[in-house]
Amino acid sequence: MSCWQTVQDYALRSLGIGERLLPRSDFTLCDQIVLIGSGMIWNVYFGVLALLAGFCLATLLALGKAASNPLARKSAEWFVFLFRGSPLFIQFFFGYFLFLSLKQQVPLFEPFAAASVGALVVLFLNTSAYSGEIFHGALMSVPKSDTEAAAAYGLTGWRRFRRITWPTMLRLAWPAYINEAIFLFHATTLVFLSGFPAAQQRGDGLYYAQYFADKTFNPFVPYPILAGYFILLTLCIIGLMGLVNRRLNRHLPQAAERRPRMFPQMLR
Amino acid sequence: MFDFCSDPATLDGIAWLACYLTTGKHMAFYGAFGTVLLLLAITAPTALAFGFGGAMAARSRVSPLRWLGKTYIAIVRGIPDIVFFLFFVIALDQGIEYLRHQVLCPDWDQPVRQGSDFVVCAAAKMPLGNAPQWVHESYGFALAVLTFAIVFGAFAANVLYGAMRAVPRAQVETAEAYGMSPRQTFRRITVPQMWIYALPGLGNLWMILIKATPLLFLLGVEDVVYWARDLGSAKTPRFTDYPHPDWRMWYFLALLVFYLLFTRLSELVLTRVTRRLSRGQATAGGEAMRRADLPAGPVA
Repeated sequence: MSCWQTVQDYALRSLGIGERLLPRSDFTLCDQIVLIGSGMIWNVYFGVLALLAGFCLATLLALGKAASNPLARKSAEWFVFLFRGSPLFIQFFFGYFLFLSLKQQVPLFEPFAAASVGALVVLFLNTSAYSGEIFHGALMSVPKSDTEAAAAYGLTGWRRFRRITWPTMLRLAWPAYINEAIFLFHATTLVFLSGFPAAQQRGDGLYYAQYFADKTFNPFVPYPILAGYFILLTLCIIGLMGLVNRRLNRHLPQAAERRPRMFPQMLR
Repeated sequence: MFDFCSDPATLDGIAWLACYLTTGKHMAFYGAFGTVLLLLAITAPTALAFGFGGAMAARSRVSPLRWLGKTYIAIVRGIPDIVFFLFFVIALDQGIEYLRHQVLCPDWDQPVRQGSDFVVCAAAKMPLGNAPQWVHESYGFALAVLTFAIVFGAFAANVLYGAMRAVPRAQVETAEAYGMSPRQTFRRITVPQMWIYALPGLGNLWMILIKATPLLFLLGVEDVVYWARDLGSAKTPRFTDYPHPDWRMWYFLALLVFYLLFTRLSELVLTRVTRRLSRGQATAGGEAMRRADLPAGPVA
C-alpha cells in the first residue's frame, strides 16, 4: 500500500472519515506519521477553542479579582483557586463523571459526556483560571501614570478601560500568556487518557501514538513522531502569538518591548 | 472493621457508610495516598539533583556537555510532559532489560526485536519472572519515580539555570578579584546565593509536581486514581455486600478536595520559606524586610 493511499485512508481518521479499521499489523512509518497527524486535529481543536473562549473569561476573572465588590472578588478568587489548585487530570475525570450523572437527569447534558464538548468545557474553565491569574497580575502592574494620563485626557469608565487599561494589561501579560497557550496545547493530550472515551477510536495524537506503542511495543518511533508534531505546533504558537506581541508593543521603542523569554521561570 | 458490620444488608444511613468506608479495598485506597506522598518525597530531591546536574551541564565550558544540558532543558517547552512519561516508562524498562540481556546472555543469537515483540532471554527479565508480587510492584514504582525525576529534572534544570545566571555579576567578579577559581566561585558564591532566585520557580515546580501525581495511574501504579475508579464504579449485589450505583463522581470529588487542600497547604509553607530566605538578601524583598526591621533593632 503506497503512502498516498495511507493518507487518503487515514488523514481524517480521527474525525471518523476514511478507513474504519486502524492498521493492525505491518505498521509502516507512513502509517504512524499520517495517523498521529490525524489525531493532532483534535489537539488543535481543543487548544484553539479553549484558548479563544478562555481569553474572554480570563479577562472577566482578572477584573473580578481586582473588583471592590466582595461578591465578585470572592467568586473569582474561588474559581481560580479551584482550577489552579487541583490537577487537570482529576478535573477531567470529575467532569466526565459529573456530566455522565447529569445526563441521566437532564437530557440537555447528553453531548457533554463526549470528549468533543465535555473535555472542551473543562479545558476552557481550566485555562481561564490560569490566564485569569496571569491577567490579574498584569492588571495590578498597569502603571498608575497611564491611567492618570487617561483621566487627564477626559477618558473615564468603560472608554478608559477599553483604550488604556486593557491594552496595557494585555501587553504586560502577553509573554506569560504565550506560555500558558503552549502549555494548554500540551494539556490537550490528557483528554483521551482520562475518563473521556475515544468513540470509534477517534482520538488525539497521543491516543494514536499510544496505540502504536502498545501494538509494536516499540516506543522509539511513535512518541518521537508525536514530539515532532508538538514542536511544530509550539513553534506555530510562538510565531502567531509573537505577532500579537509585536502589535501590542508597536507604540513602544524597541528596547522597552517585553520579549517573551525562551525559558520562562513560571510554568503552569 | 466494626462489629456491627457483620450483616451489611440490615444497616442503613451513617452506619452503612461507616462500614462501607472501612472495607479492605478502601484501606488500600487510603494507602494509595501514602503512595502519592512517598512518590513526592522521593521524586522532589531526585528531580532537584537531576536539575542541578542539567543546569551545571548547560553552563559547562565543554561544548558537547553544554549542548546536552541545553537540549535536556529544552524538552520542558516543546513537548508535553505526558509524552515523556509514557515514553520513558517503556524505554527505561526495555533499556534495562536490553543491557542485562547483553551482559547475562552473550551467546543469544536471535535479534531482540522480532516484529512486534521485544524478546530477551529469561535471565535478563526485570524483575525475574518468578519474583514475588511486591518486587514487581516496587520495580514499577521505581520506574515511575525515575521517569518523574527525569521529566521534572528538566523543569528544575530550567529554573536553576536561570537562578544561577540571576546571581548579581558583581558578586562573581568580587570572588574572582579575591583569586577564587571558577569552581570555588561556583561553590562558595553562586550556589549559596542562587536559591532565593530559584525559589519562586522551584515553588511553582513543586505545585506542578503535586498536580502531576495522578499521572502515576498512567504509569501502571495502583494509585488514588486507580482505586477511585475501581471503588466508585457501580456494584451489583452479586459481587459485593455493599451494592451501590455509579459513585465515581463522588470519589473524584474527594480527590479534588484532597489536592486542593494539599496545594493550599504547600502555598502557605512556600510563602513562609520565601520570607525566611529573603532575609539579608540583596533583593527588593530582602531590602523591604531590612527596612521594616530597622526601628525595632538596636541603632548603632
